[in-house]
Amino acid sequence: MAKILMKGNEAIGEAAIRAGCLNYFAYPITPQTEVAEYMAKRMPEVNGVFVQGESEVAVGYMIFGAAACGERVMTTSSSPGVSLMSEAISYIAGARCPAVFVNIMRGGPGLGGILPSQGDYFQSTKGGGHGDYRLLVMAPDGVQEIVEMVMMAFPLAEKYRNPVMIVGDGLIGQMMEPVEFPDNLTVKPSNKDAWATNGMDTRGSKEKNIVKSLYLDPEELNNHNLTLKAQYERMKKEEIRFEAYNTDGDYKVLIVSYGTMSRVCKTAIDNMKAKGIETGMIRPKTLFPYPLQAVHDAAAKQSCKAVISIEMSMGQMVEDVERAVLGQKPVSWYGQCGGNVPSPEEVEEQVMALINK
Amino acid sequence: MGKTFSKPEALSDAYTHYCPGCTHGIAHRLVAEVIDELGIRGRTVGIAPVGCAVLAYNYFTCDFQEAAHGRAPAMATGIKRVRPDLIAFTYQGDGDLASIGMGEIVHAANRGEKFTTIFINNAVYGMTGGQMAPTTMPGQRTTTSPMGRDVTTTGMPIKMCELLSTLETPGYIERQTLLNPKYIKKAKKAIKRAFEYQIAGKCYSFVELVSICPTNWGKTPLESLKWAEESLLPYYKLGEFKTPEEE
Repeated sequence: MAKILMKGNEAIGEAAIRAGCLNYFAYPITPQTEVAEYMAKRMPEVNGVFVQGESEVAVGYMIFGAAACGERVMTTSSSPGVSLMSEAISYIAGARCPAVFVNIMRGGPGLGGILPSQGDYFQSTKGGGHGDYRLLVMAPDGVQEIVEMVMMAFPLAEKYRNPVMIVGDGLIGQMMEPVEFPDNLTVKPSNKDAWATNGMDTRGSKEKNIVKSLYLDPEELNNHNLTLKAQYERMKKEEIRFEAYNTDGDYKVLIVSYGTMSRVCKTAIDNMKAKGIETGMIRPKTLFPYPLQAVHDAAAKQSCKAVISIEMSMGQMVEDVERAVLGQKPVSWYGQCGGNVPSPEEVEEQVMALINK
Repeated sequence: MGKTFSKPEALSDAYTHYCPGCTHGIAHRLVAEVIDELGIRGRTVGIAPVGCAVLAYNYFTCDFQEAAHGRAPAMATGIKRVRPDLIAFTYQGDGDLASIGMGEIVHAANRGEKFTTIFINNAVYGMTGGQMAPTTMPGQRTTTSPMGRDVTTTGMPIKMCELLSTLETPGYIERQTLLNPKYIKKAKKAIKRAFEYQIAGKCYSFVELVSICPTNWGKTPLESLKWAEESLLPYYKLGEFKTPEEE
């Protein structure tokens, strides 16, 4: 299929439809409202469902109700909206329903700003809502990759019966890039008759299905949490995705960066390479599960004397980088989170400072 | 001679956890009888609230989802939008529906979502142990209004049927009660009508059932019935508030 020029937010919507998701519920919030606008037009064309909910809180539960029926379903939002949805996300994870959430992150905390940010790293990878749950979190670096990740997200959510979160910063939602929609990523929805509340007649069963997150018996709840944990451990074995960039040479500094920020870092790395300075980078494509081994091994390289996490947050990823590096090399941080994306020159300056330290 | 009275198929054999004298059992039975009579059990999905009916999924024999506090109407919206062929009903109490879930119920009704709500109004929070609800009567003592509900700081009790009836969107809104067999017959009729409107894809349907809570009212079941008749029914007037035919 030929490449077409598309805005990130619109590409997200189209990718979902092509992945067989014909159900979309959302509440408008900058900088991702174009997804809802695109879906409002596009869903009727494919006999799909578009609902503008009254709040992100309600949208979270519309997603829950629809997902519990076994239907493919997605919502998109931005940081403050995802905070409101986090209650439902906890319930959906607790009830083991597959659903896809996209967070086009903006600056925080509070209302923060509407410009690009990566300030929801903790929210998406370490919690957000209450209780012992995890999300499978993917972080694309551009429009093409967010399309692929949205399309992958549905079968992954079904494989684990768990919500999948895709975090892109505002830039990915707003920029236009050439994009190609892969046909081969559409996976037939799995059979959900074993658990979905799709009506007994639908599945030809005399047994009711219950979708719930309530387990009043302590042993039952503990066992339920162990089942969830087993799924998260399986994700760690099977779903880690990352890119190693310029890691063949003898680099002195290893950058760890993801999303739009990693693309700036690539430019900086290329510019430095032209001057004869090697810099390596590990770009996590999944933030949970985190590519601990890849970061660990890249940091272990003899030539490497320092590791730096470069991100559009105040260093939320540093803890994961440190837990990968395990004290082999010093770990530092550089970033901005007011909405300005650090430039390649600023990245280069940081790397040079580490080399010359 | 065959059986003349038996448990509806839509009710399970489970013992309920409801207190002695509670009217939840009657409300469950009425809903179950209607599901049986309409032959819709195989395509019905119930949504349990947070509150005393949180375990309703154990007592019915159709598919069930368990919601967060107040969010059942949003879940029912999700169900009906992706599977309009299914029959969805929310079963909610006054704290769930009229307090924390006020936003969800109003907007679901206003969108005219094609599901049914059974609203149990017993003027108190049950599950958490007798706190003030939005429907608690002026002067009524609860654990969070120990001196009696002071309407100068907590406002007047909210009349949900009247409030929802102000919406311009067509809907079916009726209030009945479970205080005696005469009322119970009317309540069942209303519940059946509500499900029939849904089956016909006609409109959103809402049936409020004025109920009792002897445990948290600190009264015997008989005293509770009397108090409800004397104190609740004059304020929460029974009857049909809105039908889709009017519009």
